[in-house]
Amino acid sequence: MIKVVFFAALREQLNCAELSLSADESTDTIAKVKQLLVEQHPQWQDTFNNASLLSAVNHEMVDGSHPVKSGDEVAFFPPVTGG
Amino acid sequence: MSISIQTQDFNLADEVAALEQDNAADGAVVTFTGRVRNQNLGLEVSGLYLEHYPGMTEKSLEKILETARGRWDIGRVRVIHRIGQLDLGEQIVFVGVTSKHRRDAFAAAEFIMDYLKIQAPFWKKELTEQGEKWLDARQSDTAKAQQWDR
Repeated sequence: MIKVVFFAALREQLNCAELSLSADESTDTIAKVKQLLVEQHPQWQDTFNNASLLSAVNHEMVDGSHPVKSGDEVAFFPPVTGG
Repeated sequence: MSISIQTQDFNLADEVAALEQDNAADGAVVTFTGRVRNQNLGLEVSGLYLEHYPGMTEKSLEKILETARGRWDIGRVRVIHRIGQLDLGEQIVFVGVTSKHRRDAFAAAEFIMDYLKIQAPFWKKELTEQGEKWLDARQSDTAKAQQWDR
């Protein structure tokens, strides 16, 4: 399984904080995870097309080509605004 | 512990005292405190709500501090970032750095703060007269942080 978590404005837009996906070839990169999420939730398409969305795997910022495997935690979130 | 993510407020004098205690080797102590201000982009702000990504926040701050230590000769470092609901005027963030001399202390403190703003997973939601609004990241913050790359 792959755990997917969402934060801040993104979590509110999706009305979803967390979900799980099976780990297989349709979820073996961040880009594919996004694609599958949109296939499963077509209403999320515009939100995930937002180029400024950031992603992390196991707490490390990564880009769309980064591999994902079973047991990983994938996060999607808006650009950060701390300080 | 040099990094704290917490709801509780912090006391500036206590934090400075901790940086200075038994630390005769360092002649410079530099601190920054960020607070909730009353206006942003023309709208009256009454408060903030801060969210973070537990686990990743601490990890990213640790990496920022490691980078600072690798680049400047610094002694003690302290970063506190509050989360949750904060009212107008409240303290949000503290960065404190000690060093033998002032140049490295000033540079490292500014670097840590600049990188925190673009790499550490915190998000601010502003509470205004017109309702709640998540803040957008500023391109100017990204540009400011990128200046350290040269």
